[in-house]
Amino acid sequence: MIGVTHYVIVGTILFVLGVLGIFLNRKNVIVILMAIELILLAVNINLVAFSAFLNDLTGQIFAMFVLTVAAGEAAIGLAILVIYFRGRGTIAVDDVNRMKG
Amino acid sequence: MIQVFSFYLFAALTILSAVFVIMSRNPVHSVLWLIMAFFNAAGLMVLVGAEFIAMLLVIVYVGAVAVLFLFVVMMLDIDFAELRAGFVKNFPLGLAIALVLLAELVLGIGAYSAGALEMGHAAAAASPQIDGASNIESIGAVLYGKYLFLFESAGIILLVAMVGAIVLTHRERKDTRGQNIGRQIRRRPQDATVNVRPEVGKGVQL
Repeated sequence: MIGVTHYVIVGTILFVLGVLGIFLNRKNVIVILMAIELILLAVNINLVAFSAFLNDLTGQIFAMFVLTVAAGEAAIGLAILVIYFRGRGTIAVDDVNRMKG
Repeated sequence: MIQVFSFYLFAALTILSAVFVIMSRNPVHSVLWLIMAFFNAAGLMVLVGAEFIAMLLVIVYVGAVAVLFLFVVMMLDIDFAELRAGFVKNFPLGLAIALVLLAELVLGIGAYSAGALEMGHAAAAASPQIDGASNIESIGAVLYGKYLFLFESAGIILLVAMVGAIVLTHRERKDTRGQNIGRQIRRRPQDATVNVRPEVGKGVQL
């Protein structure tokens, strides 16, 4: 029988894979952004699973807002990436220390 | 029985696709695996009866976000082999952090399964699914009622993201010849044309 725990485990594995992806592809911003999308997907799976489990639609509404923010974040992130590439000709993020901040 | 089979199929494919997203050599392949992961996650959500979110996931992610990623990956001329240089070096650290995180989350799930902490009385569901209504109808009733303000805020967030992306990537180009309407309207026939009477054999000075 499939319970909420199964869904939470899937969400957990996705979340950990997303974090691992950030560490593995430290230089490639595009894959880092994709890993962040994976993390947000894991969060959404959790929200939807608990929403169904508790028979409360608030979780699904919240998942929708997470989706909104994820879409906006991807758009802004890729825009920053494009202007960064225009200026530097590369997207390697480990030498983003121009401002010495 | 078919639900159990579907759950394991969707879950396994989601996780497998996620592994390929982060391990793939070519970012274009990563994007395609990401699309696969989102499709299967949508399948997982359909299984618990959240059809609306599932369809939203397919439309928003596969239709918009993944295509945006594809655009950027293909537009930028990047040497991806160079970007993978630290992959092996970062592997042990990343794996260690991922394992610590996994252990913590497994502990959390175990603690949750053992029984919830008693923190006050569990109230009834704040906005339960309407009996006899479809998932999308119930969501509509909640979203356009109780959460109307949040819904509109989400719209404003998207607007700000759109304006921000345009402002960030817009650039004034000096080498293009755009239309200058003021100059166009100020132009009079006497400024634009001249009558010349060239002498024979001299040619015309323009």
